Amino acid sequence: MNMKRLRQLVLFSLAVLLLPGWLQAADFITGQSFSGDNEITVTFAGPANTEVAGDITKYTIYEEADPDIRLALASAKVADDAKSVALTFADPLNTTQTHVVSIAGLTGEAITTFTVAKPYFGYLLSIMISALLIQNFVFTKYLGLCVFFGTSKKKSTAKGMGVVFTLVMVISAAMSWFFFQFILVPYNLGFLQIVVFIGLVSLTVQAVDTILRKVNPVLFNSFGVYLVLVIANCIVIAVPLILANNNYNFLETMMLALGAGGGFLLALYLMSSVAERLELAKIPPSFKGLPMAFIVAGQFAMAFLGFSGLQLF
Amino acid sequence: MTNDKSISELLSRGILSENPIFKLALSMCPAVGISTTVMNGVMLGIAVFFVQVFSSVTISLFKNVIHPRIRIPSYTLTIATWVTVIDLVLAAYMPGAYAKMGIFVKLIVAFAIITMRLEMFACKEKVSDSFWDAVGMGLGFMVGMVVIGAFRELFGSGMILGYDVLGYKPLLFFILPSAGFFVVGLMMAFFNWIEVVYKQKKGAKA
Repeated sequence: MNMKRLRQLVLFSLAVLLLPGWLQAADFITGQSFSGDNEITVTFAGPANTEVAGDITKYTIYEEADPDIRLALASAKVADDAKSVALTFADPLNTTQTHVVSIAGLTGEAITTFTVAKPYFGYLLSIMISALLIQNFVFTKYLGLCVFFGTSKKKSTAKGMGVVFTLVMVISAAMSWFFFQFILVPYNLGFLQIVVFIGLVSLTVQAVDTILRKVNPVLFNSFGVYLVLVIANCIVIAVPLILANNNYNFLETMMLALGAGGGFLLALYLMSSVAERLELAKIPPSFKGLPMAFIVAGQFAMAFLGFSGLQLF
Repeated sequence: MTNDKSISELLSRGILSENPIFKLALSMCPAVGISTTVMNGVMLGIAVFFVQVFSSVTISLFKNVIHPRIRIPSYTLTIATWVTVIDLVLAAYMPGAYAKMGIFVKLIVAFAIITMRLEMFACKEKVSDSFWDAVGMGLGFMVGMVVIGAFRELFGSGMILGYDVLGYKPLLFFILPSAGFFVVGLMMAFFNWIEVVYKQKKGAKA
Protein backbone atom coordinates (compact mmCIF):
# COMPACT_ATOMS: atom_id res chain seq x y z
CA MET A 1 0.00 0.00 0.00
CA ASN A 2 2.79 2.30 0.95
CA MET A 3 4.72 1.53 -2.23
CA LYS A 4 1.69 2.44 -4.34
CA ARG A 5 1.39 5.80 -2.59
CA LEU A 6 5.08 6.41 -3.09
CA ARG A 7 4.89 5.58 -6.79
CA GLN A 8 1.95 7.92 -7.24
CA LEU A 9 3.86 10.65 -5.50
CA VAL A 10 6.94 10.14 -7.68
CA LEU A 11 4.83 10.10 -10.88
CA PHE A 12 3.02 13.25 -9.81
CA SER A 13 6.21 15.13 -9.02
CA LEU A 14 7.71 14.01 -12.35
CA ALA A 15 4.63 15.30 -14.16
CA VAL A 16 4.90 18.65 -12.37
CA LEU A 17 8.56 18.94 -13.21
CA LEU A 18 8.07 18.10 -16.87
CA LEU A 19 4.95 20.21 -17.27
CA PRO A 20 6.75 23.38 -18.44
CA GLY A 21 8.34 21.30 -21.19
CA TRP A 22 5.20 20.46 -23.10
CA LEU A 23 3.14 23.51 -22.25
CA GLN A 24 5.31 25.83 -24.28
CA ALA A 25 4.93 24.07 -27.66
CA ALA A 26 3.21 26.43 -30.11
CA ASP A 27 0.78 25.19 -32.76
CA PHE A 28 2.85 25.15 -35.93
CA ILE A 29 6.14 24.64 -34.12
CA THR A 30 6.18 21.06 -32.85
CA GLY A 31 9.63 20.84 -31.38
CA GLN A 32 12.55 23.00 -30.41
CA SER A 33 15.79 22.06 -28.68
CA PHE A 34 19.45 22.87 -28.28
CA SER A 35 21.40 20.52 -30.51
CA GLY A 36 24.93 21.57 -29.68
CA ASP A 37 26.90 24.42 -28.20
CA ASN A 38 25.76 26.93 -30.81
CA GLU A 39 22.78 25.34 -32.54
CA ILE A 40 19.01 25.29 -32.08
CA THR A 41 16.85 22.85 -34.03
CA VAL A 42 13.21 23.75 -34.71
CA THR A 43 10.74 21.27 -36.17
CA PHE A 44 7.43 22.19 -37.83
CA ALA A 45 4.07 20.39 -38.11
CA GLY A 46 4.17 20.58 -41.91
CA PRO A 47 6.47 21.86 -44.65
CA ALA A 48 7.41 25.47 -43.97
CA ASN A 49 7.98 28.32 -46.40
CA THR A 50 11.65 27.68 -47.17
CA GLU A 51 12.27 31.30 -48.20
CA VAL A 52 11.18 32.58 -44.78
CA ALA A 53 12.64 29.74 -42.73
CA GLY A 54 16.00 29.92 -44.47
CA ASP A 55 16.37 33.70 -44.18
CA ILE A 56 18.39 34.69 -41.12
CA THR A 57 17.06 38.26 -41.15
CA LYS A 58 13.58 36.96 -40.25
CA TYR A 59 14.75 35.68 -36.88
CA THR A 60 15.23 37.53 -33.61
CA ILE A 61 16.71 35.53 -30.77
CA TYR A 62 17.62 36.60 -27.27
CA GLU A 63 18.06 35.18 -23.78
CA GLU A 64 14.92 35.64 -21.71
CA ALA A 65 16.88 37.50 -19.00
CA ASP A 66 18.41 40.05 -21.43
CA PRO A 67 15.90 41.00 -24.14
CA ASP A 68 18.18 43.82 -25.29
CA ILE A 69 21.08 41.62 -26.31
CA ARG A 70 20.19 40.04 -29.65
CA LEU A 71 22.17 36.93 -30.50
CA ALA A 72 23.78 36.87 -33.94
CA LEU A 73 22.76 34.06 -36.28
CA ALA A 74 25.38 32.60 -38.61
CA SER A 75 23.11 30.47 -40.77
CA ALA A 76 19.66 28.84 -40.94
CA LYS A 77 19.63 25.53 -42.77
CA VAL A 78 16.23 24.15 -43.81
CA ALA A 79 15.99 20.36 -44.03
CA ASP A 80 15.13 18.76 -47.42
CA ASP A 81 11.51 18.04 -46.47
CA ALA A 82 11.19 21.62 -45.15
CA LYS A 83 9.88 20.27 -41.85
CA SER A 84 12.79 21.43 -39.72
CA VAL A 85 15.42 24.14 -39.61
CA ALA A 86 18.82 24.18 -37.92
CA LEU A 87 19.84 27.60 -36.62
CA THR A 88 23.59 28.05 -36.18
CA PHE A 89 24.90 30.91 -34.05
CA ALA A 90 28.09 32.90 -34.38
CA ASP A 91 28.92 32.45 -30.67
CA PRO A 92 28.32 29.52 -28.32
CA LEU A 93 25.02 29.74 -26.47
CA ASN A 94 24.55 29.67 -22.73
CA THR A 95 22.28 26.65 -22.81
CA THR A 96 21.31 26.93 -19.15
CA GLN A 97 19.32 30.09 -20.01
CA THR A 98 15.89 30.16 -21.62
CA HIS A 99 16.11 31.54 -25.15
CA VAL A 100 13.25 33.35 -26.90
CA VAL A 101 13.02 32.89 -30.67
CA SER A 102 10.67 34.86 -32.93
CA ILE A 103 10.21 34.34 -36.67
CA ALA A 104 8.59 37.04 -38.82
CA GLY A 105 5.99 35.95 -41.40
CA LEU A 106 6.38 32.20 -41.08
CA THR A 107 2.69 31.48 -40.55
CA GLY A 108 -0.46 33.54 -40.98
CA GLU A 109 0.45 35.69 -37.99
CA ALA A 110 3.03 38.41 -38.38
CA ILE A 111 5.44 37.02 -35.79
CA THR A 112 5.69 33.52 -34.33
CA THR A 113 7.35 33.48 -30.93
CA PHE A 114 8.41 30.52 -28.86
CA THR A 115 10.99 29.72 -26.21
CA VAL A 116 13.77 27.19 -26.16
CA ALA A 117 14.94 25.84 -22.82
CA LYS A 118 16.48 22.79 -21.40
CA PRO A 119 13.95 20.65 -19.57
CA TYR A 120 13.88 21.87 -15.96
CA PHE A 121 14.39 18.33 -14.76
CA GLY A 122 17.58 18.16 -16.79
CA TYR A 123 18.74 21.43 -15.28
CA LEU A 124 18.16 20.08 -11.76
CA LEU A 125 19.99 16.92 -12.62
CA SER A 126 22.89 18.93 -14.01
CA ILE A 127 23.25 20.74 -10.66
CA MET A 128 23.50 17.38 -8.95
CA ILE A 129 25.94 15.89 -11.45
CA SER A 130 28.02 19.03 -11.21
CA ALA A 131 28.24 18.82 -7.41
CA LEU A 132 28.89 15.09 -7.64
CA LEU A 133 31.61 14.93 -10.28
CA ILE A 134 32.63 18.16 -12.01
CA GLN A 135 32.81 20.28 -8.88
CA ASN A 136 33.36 17.40 -6.46
CA PHE A 137 33.55 18.96 -3.02
CA VAL A 138 36.61 17.02 -1.96
CA PHE A 139 38.70 16.83 -5.12
CA THR A 140 38.00 20.13 -6.85
CA LYS A 141 36.75 22.40 -4.05
CA TYR A 142 39.06 21.02 -1.32
CA LEU A 143 36.45 20.91 1.41
CA GLY A 144 36.09 18.48 4.26
CA LEU A 145 39.69 17.30 4.11
CA CYS A 146 40.17 16.72 7.85
CA VAL A 147 37.43 14.14 8.01
CA PHE A 148 38.29 12.86 4.56
CA PHE A 149 41.82 11.89 5.57
CA GLY A 150 40.75 10.79 9.03
CA THR A 151 38.09 8.27 8.08
CA SER A 152 39.14 6.88 4.71
CA LYS A 153 41.06 3.92 6.07
CA LYS A 154 38.36 1.24 5.77
CA LYS A 155 35.56 0.81 3.25
CA SER A 156 32.88 0.14 5.87
CA THR A 157 33.76 3.30 7.79
CA ALA A 158 33.80 5.30 4.56
CA LYS A 159 30.31 4.13 3.62
CA GLY A 160 28.83 4.89 7.05
CA MET A 161 30.45 8.29 7.13
CA GLY A 162 29.26 9.19 3.64
CA VAL A 163 25.66 8.20 4.40
CA VAL A 164 25.57 10.17 7.66
CA PHE A 165 27.05 13.20 5.91
CA THR A 166 24.53 13.08 3.09
CA LEU A 167 21.66 12.79 5.56
CA VAL A 168 22.81 15.71 7.70
CA MET A 169 23.60 17.80 4.63
CA VAL A 170 20.16 17.35 3.08
CA ILE A 171 18.31 18.11 6.33
CA SER A 172 20.45 21.10 7.28
CA ALA A 173 20.34 22.48 3.73
CA ALA A 174 16.54 22.31 3.74
CA MET A 175 16.32 24.13 7.07
CA SER A 176 18.94 26.67 6.07
CA TRP A 177 17.03 27.41 2.87
CA PHE A 178 13.82 28.14 4.77
CA PHE A 179 15.64 30.30 7.29
CA PHE A 180 17.55 32.18 4.62
CA GLN A 181 14.58 32.80 2.30
CA PHE A 182 11.93 33.61 4.90
CA ILE A 183 13.84 35.21 7.77
CA LEU A 184 17.30 36.42 6.76
CA VAL A 185 16.41 37.88 3.36
CA PRO A 186 13.13 39.67 4.28
CA TYR A 187 14.70 41.31 7.36
CA ASN A 188 18.03 42.13 5.68
CA LEU A 189 19.97 39.94 8.08
CA GLY A 190 22.27 38.45 5.44
CA PHE A 191 25.34 39.22 7.54
CA LEU A 192 24.16 36.78 10.19
CA GLN A 193 24.29 33.82 7.82
CA ILE A 194 27.44 32.25 9.28
CA VAL A 195 26.08 32.28 12.83
CA VAL A 196 22.66 31.03 11.76
CA PHE A 197 23.93 28.28 9.47
CA ILE A 198 26.44 26.86 11.92
CA GLY A 199 23.73 26.88 14.57
CA LEU A 200 21.34 25.02 12.27
CA VAL A 201 23.98 22.44 11.39
CA SER A 202 24.72 21.76 15.07
CA LEU A 203 21.00 21.56 15.72
CA THR A 204 20.51 19.04 12.89
CA VAL A 205 23.34 16.89 14.15
CA GLN A 206 21.92 16.91 17.66
CA ALA A 207 18.43 16.11 16.36
CA VAL A 208 19.60 13.26 14.14
CA ASP A 209 21.59 11.92 17.06
CA THR A 210 18.60 11.93 19.42
CA ILE A 211 16.07 10.62 16.89
CA LEU A 212 18.33 7.85 15.60
CA ARG A 213 19.12 6.75 19.13
CA LYS A 214 15.41 6.28 19.91
CA VAL A 215 14.08 5.07 16.56
CA ASN A 216 16.78 2.74 15.31
CA PRO A 217 19.39 1.82 17.95
CA VAL A 218 21.09 -0.68 15.60
CA LEU A 219 21.72 1.97 12.99
CA PHE A 220 22.78 4.39 15.70
CA ASN A 221 25.41 1.98 16.98
CA SER A 222 27.02 1.74 13.58
CA PHE A 223 26.69 5.39 12.51
CA GLY A 224 26.50 7.33 15.75
CA VAL A 225 30.22 7.78 16.23
CA TYR A 226 30.53 9.76 12.99
CA LEU A 227 27.89 12.29 13.96
CA VAL A 228 30.22 14.16 16.29
CA LEU A 229 32.71 14.62 13.47
CA VAL A 230 30.11 16.23 11.25
CA ILE A 231 29.94 19.53 13.17
CA ALA A 232 33.61 20.36 12.78
CA ASN A 233 33.52 19.93 9.03
CA CYS A 234 33.49 22.63 6.44
CA ILE A 235 31.70 20.57 3.79
CA VAL A 236 28.42 20.66 5.74
CA ILE A 237 28.52 24.40 6.35
CA ALA A 238 29.63 25.05 2.75
CA VAL A 239 26.34 23.85 1.24
CA PRO A 240 24.15 26.50 2.93
CA LEU A 241 26.72 29.21 2.15
CA ILE A 242 26.76 28.24 -1.54
CA LEU A 243 22.99 28.13 -1.81
CA ALA A 244 22.75 31.55 -0.16
CA ASN A 245 25.33 32.92 -2.61
CA ASN A 246 23.59 31.54 -5.70
CA ASN A 247 20.02 32.19 -4.55
CA TYR A 248 18.91 28.66 -5.36
CA ASN A 249 15.26 27.64 -5.06
CA PHE A 250 14.21 24.71 -2.92
CA LEU A 251 14.53 21.94 -5.52
CA GLU A 252 17.92 23.22 -6.63
CA THR A 253 19.02 23.30 -2.99
CA MET A 254 18.01 19.69 -2.49
CA MET A 255 19.87 18.66 -5.63
CA LEU A 256 22.99 20.52 -4.53
CA ALA A 257 22.89 18.89 -1.09
CA LEU A 258 22.34 15.43 -2.58
CA GLY A 259 25.14 15.95 -5.08
CA ALA A 260 27.54 17.25 -2.44
CA GLY A 261 26.76 14.38 -0.08
CA GLY A 262 26.99 11.81 -2.86
CA GLY A 263 30.25 13.33 -4.02
CA PHE A 264 31.68 13.09 -0.52
CA LEU A 265 30.54 9.46 -0.27
CA LEU A 266 32.11 8.70 -3.64
CA ALA A 267 35.39 10.36 -2.69
CA LEU A 268 35.55 8.57 0.66
CA TYR A 269 34.79 5.22 -0.94
CA LEU A 270 37.39 5.62 -3.70
CA MET A 271 39.98 6.76 -1.20
CA SER A 272 39.29 3.90 1.23
CA SER A 273 39.57 1.35 -1.58
CA VAL A 274 43.02 2.67 -2.36
CA ALA A 275 43.97 2.92 1.33
CA GLU A 276 43.17 -0.76 1.86
CA ARG A 277 45.51 -1.65 -0.99
CA LEU A 278 48.19 0.75 0.22
CA GLU A 279 48.57 -1.19 3.44
CA LEU A 280 50.12 -4.00 1.43
CA ALA A 281 52.38 -1.74 -0.62
CA LYS A 282 55.99 -0.88 0.13
CA ILE A 283 56.12 2.81 0.93
CA PRO A 284 59.26 4.80 1.85
CA PRO A 285 59.18 5.34 5.64
CA SER A 286 58.97 9.13 5.43
CA PHE A 287 55.90 8.87 3.18
CA LYS A 288 53.98 6.52 5.47
CA GLY A 289 50.56 7.65 6.57
CA LEU A 290 49.32 11.13 5.72
CA PRO A 291 51.89 12.15 3.06
CA MET A 292 51.00 9.12 0.96
CA ALA A 293 47.29 9.80 1.43
CA PHE A 294 47.83 13.32 0.14
CA ILE A 295 49.68 12.10 -2.95
CA VAL A 296 46.88 9.62 -3.71
CA ALA A 297 44.27 12.35 -3.23
CA GLY A 298 46.25 14.52 -5.64
CA GLN A 299 46.08 11.80 -8.26
CA PHE A 300 42.32 11.50 -7.73
CA ALA A 301 42.01 15.27 -8.08
CA MET A 302 43.82 15.10 -11.42
CA ALA A 303 41.54 12.29 -12.56
CA PHE A 304 38.49 14.35 -11.57
CA LEU A 305 39.79 17.22 -13.72
CA GLY A 306 38.74 15.00 -16.60
CA PHE A 307 35.09 15.56 -15.71
CA SER A 308 35.30 19.31 -16.34
CA GLY A 309 33.13 20.30 -19.25
CA LEU A 310 30.93 17.25 -18.85
CA GLN A 311 27.38 18.00 -20.03
CA LEU A 312 24.56 15.51 -19.98
CA PHE A 313 21.59 17.64 -20.99
CA MET B 1 49.05 29.85 39.84
CA THR B 2 52.67 30.48 39.08
CA ASN B 3 53.77 31.57 35.69
CA ASP B 4 55.19 28.20 34.68
CA LYS B 5 54.71 28.63 30.95
CA SER B 6 56.95 31.24 29.42
CA ILE B 7 55.74 33.29 26.50
CA SER B 8 58.42 31.96 24.17
CA GLU B 9 57.48 28.40 25.03
CA LEU B 10 53.83 29.05 24.22
CA LEU B 11 54.76 30.77 20.98
CA SER B 12 57.21 28.19 19.72
CA ARG B 13 54.82 25.35 20.43
CA GLY B 14 52.28 26.68 17.96
CA ILE B 15 54.86 27.50 15.30
CA LEU B 16 57.09 24.43 15.56
CA SER B 17 56.30 21.41 17.68
CA GLU B 18 52.50 21.59 17.25
CA ASN B 19 52.26 23.37 13.93
CA PRO B 20 48.58 23.13 12.93
CA ILE B 21 49.24 22.28 9.30
CA PHE B 22 52.36 20.13 9.24
CA LYS B 23 52.22 18.46 12.63
CA LEU B 24 48.57 18.25 13.62
CA ALA B 25 47.27 18.02 10.03
CA LEU B 26 44.22 20.07 10.98
CA SER B 27 42.47 22.68 8.87
CA MET B 28 43.97 21.36 5.68
CA CYS B 29 41.25 22.57 3.33
CA PRO B 30 42.62 26.09 2.69
CA ALA B 31 46.21 24.80 2.75
CA VAL B 32 45.36 22.79 -0.34
CA GLY B 33 42.68 25.00 -1.84
CA ILE B 34 43.99 28.54 -2.08
CA SER B 35 47.71 28.33 -1.28
CA THR B 36 48.72 29.11 -4.86
CA THR B 37 50.52 32.33 -3.90
CA VAL B 38 52.26 33.75 -0.84
CA MET B 39 49.80 36.63 -0.71
CA ASN B 40 46.77 34.33 -0.42
CA GLY B 41 48.51 32.46 2.38
CA VAL B 42 49.26 35.68 4.26
CA MET B 43 45.72 36.98 3.88
CA LEU B 44 44.01 33.83 5.11
CA GLY B 45 46.71 33.48 7.78
CA ILE B 46 45.87 36.94 9.10
CA ALA B 47 42.15 36.14 9.13
CA VAL B 48 42.68 32.88 11.03
CA PHE B 49 45.14 34.61 13.38
CA PHE B 50 42.57 37.23 14.40
CA VAL B 51 39.74 34.74 14.79
CA GLN B 52 41.94 32.46 16.90
CA VAL B 53 43.21 35.25 19.16
CA PHE B 54 39.85 36.93 19.68
CA SER B 55 37.99 33.64 20.27
CA SER B 56 40.62 32.37 22.70
CA VAL B 57 40.58 35.58 24.70
CA THR B 58 36.77 35.70 24.72
CA ILE B 59 36.41 32.13 25.92
CA SER B 60 39.18 32.57 28.46
CA LEU B 61 37.46 35.66 29.85
CA PHE B 62 34.11 33.93 30.17
CA LYS B 63 35.36 30.47 31.18
CA ASN B 64 33.87 30.70 34.66
CA VAL B 65 30.43 31.68 33.36
CA ILE B 66 30.07 28.99 30.69
CA HIS B 67 28.49 25.80 31.96
CA PRO B 68 30.56 22.74 30.90
CA ARG B 69 27.58 21.06 29.24
CA ILE B 70 27.02 23.87 26.76
CA ARG B 71 30.67 24.66 26.17
CA ILE B 72 30.86 23.29 22.60
CA PRO B 73 27.88 25.31 21.29
CA SER B 74 29.23 28.41 23.01
CA TYR B 75 32.63 27.89 21.34
CA THR B 76 30.92 27.54 17.98
CA LEU B 77 28.89 30.70 18.45
CA THR B 78 31.93 32.68 19.64
CA ILE B 79 33.95 31.60 16.62
CA ALA B 80 31.03 32.29 14.27
CA THR B 81 30.70 35.80 15.66
CA TRP B 82 34.37 36.62 15.17
CA VAL B 83 34.39 35.04 11.71
CA THR B 84 31.48 37.27 10.74
CA VAL B 85 33.42 40.29 11.96
CA ILE B 86 36.54 39.34 9.98
CA ASP B 87 34.44 38.44 6.95
CA LEU B 88 32.76 41.84 6.89
CA VAL B 89 36.00 43.73 7.54
CA LEU B 90 37.84 41.95 4.72
CA ALA B 91 34.91 42.38 2.34
CA ALA B 92 34.83 46.11 3.07
CA TYR B 93 38.53 46.99 3.10
CA MET B 94 40.17 44.39 0.84
CA PRO B 95 37.58 43.42 -1.77
CA GLY B 96 40.20 42.11 -4.21
CA ALA B 97 41.86 39.68 -1.85
CA TYR B 98 38.48 38.75 -0.40
CA ALA B 99 37.17 37.73 -3.82
CA LYS B 100 40.20 35.49 -4.35
CA MET B 101 39.71 33.66 -1.06
CA GLY B 102 36.05 33.12 -1.82
CA ILE B 103 34.15 30.90 0.53
CA PHE B 104 37.19 29.96 2.63
CA VAL B 105 36.97 33.03 4.87
CA LYS B 106 33.47 32.04 5.95
CA LEU B 107 34.61 28.46 6.38
CA ILE B 108 37.08 29.47 9.10
CA VAL B 109 34.08 28.86 11.34
CA ALA B 110 34.50 25.10 10.82
CA PHE B 111 38.27 24.99 11.36
CA ALA B 112 39.03 22.22 13.80
CA ILE B 113 42.21 23.91 15.01
CA ILE B 114 40.38 26.87 16.56
CA THR B 115 37.81 24.77 18.41
CA MET B 116 40.57 22.45 19.55
CA ARG B 117 42.62 25.26 21.10
CA LEU B 118 39.53 26.58 22.88
CA GLU B 119 38.69 23.15 24.27
CA MET B 120 42.22 22.18 25.24
CA PHE B 121 43.68 25.47 26.37
CA ALA B 122 41.58 28.60 26.59
CA CYS B 123 38.82 27.15 28.75
CA LYS B 124 41.29 26.23 31.50
CA GLU B 125 44.11 28.75 31.43
CA LYS B 126 44.65 32.41 32.27
CA VAL B 127 43.70 35.10 29.78
CA SER B 128 47.29 36.13 29.11
CA ASP B 129 48.45 32.55 28.55
CA SER B 130 45.50 31.88 26.25
CA PHE B 131 46.39 35.00 24.31
CA TRP B 132 49.98 33.92 23.71
CA ASP B 133 48.91 30.36 22.91
CA ALA B 134 46.47 31.70 20.32
CA VAL B 135 49.13 34.00 18.87
CA GLY B 136 51.47 31.01 18.52
CA MET B 137 48.82 28.85 16.85
CA GLY B 138 47.74 31.64 14.52
CA LEU B 139 51.33 32.35 13.53
CA GLY B 140 51.96 28.65 13.05
CA PHE B 141 49.03 28.44 10.67
CA MET B 142 50.22 31.52 8.81
CA VAL B 143 53.76 30.14 8.53
CA GLY B 144 52.41 26.88 7.13
CA MET B 145 50.25 28.67 4.58
CA VAL B 146 53.11 30.97 3.55
CA VAL B 147 55.60 28.10 3.15
CA ILE B 148 53.22 26.12 0.95
CA GLY B 149 52.27 29.26 -0.96
CA ALA B 150 55.91 30.22 -1.51
CA PHE B 151 56.74 26.73 -2.77
CA ARG B 152 53.85 26.68 -5.21
CA GLU B 153 54.37 30.25 -6.39
CA LEU B 154 58.11 29.79 -6.88
CA PHE B 155 57.91 26.53 -8.77
CA GLY B 156 54.61 27.19 -10.49
CA SER B 157 55.11 30.68 -11.85
CA GLY B 158 58.72 31.52 -10.87
CA MET B 159 57.64 34.42 -8.67
CA ILE B 160 57.57 35.38 -5.00
CA LEU B 161 54.93 37.88 -3.86
CA GLY B 162 54.32 38.75 -7.49
CA TYR B 163 57.96 39.64 -8.21
CA ASP B 164 59.72 37.65 -10.90
CA VAL B 165 62.55 35.78 -9.17
CA LEU B 166 63.56 32.97 -11.46
CA GLY B 167 62.69 34.58 -14.78
CA TYR B 168 61.17 31.38 -16.13
CA LYS B 169 58.41 28.98 -15.14
CA PRO B 170 59.91 25.71 -13.92
CA LEU B 171 56.79 23.58 -13.47
CA LEU B 172 53.44 25.04 -14.38
CA PHE B 173 51.90 21.99 -12.74
CA PHE B 174 52.27 23.47 -9.24
CA ILE B 175 49.91 26.32 -9.97
CA LEU B 176 47.17 23.88 -10.95
CA PRO B 177 44.63 23.39 -8.17
CA SER B 178 45.13 19.66 -7.83
CA ALA B 179 48.85 20.15 -7.16
CA GLY B 180 47.95 21.40 -3.68
CA PHE B 181 47.59 17.81 -2.52
CA PHE B 182 50.98 16.88 -3.95
CA VAL B 183 52.78 19.86 -2.43
CA VAL B 184 51.35 19.29 1.04
CA GLY B 185 52.08 15.56 0.81
CA LEU B 186 55.67 16.13 -0.34
CA MET B 187 56.29 18.72 2.39
CA MET B 188 54.97 16.43 5.12
CA ALA B 189 57.20 13.66 3.82
CA PHE B 190 60.13 16.09 3.81
CA PHE B 191 59.56 17.06 7.46
CA ASN B 192 59.22 13.40 8.40
CA TRP B 193 62.47 12.66 6.60
CA ILE B 194 64.32 15.44 8.45
CA GLU B 195 63.02 14.08 11.73
CA VAL B 196 64.19 10.56 10.86
CA VAL B 197 67.66 11.74 9.82
CA TYR B 198 67.95 13.96 12.91
CA LYS B 199 67.05 11.09 15.20
CA GLN B 200 69.53 8.77 13.51
CA LYS B 201 72.35 11.28 13.98
CA LYS B 202 71.44 11.67 17.62
CA GLY B 203 71.41 7.90 18.01
CA ALA B 204 74.84 7.57 16.33
CA LYS B 205 76.35 10.17 18.66
CA ALA B 206 75.04 8.61 21.84
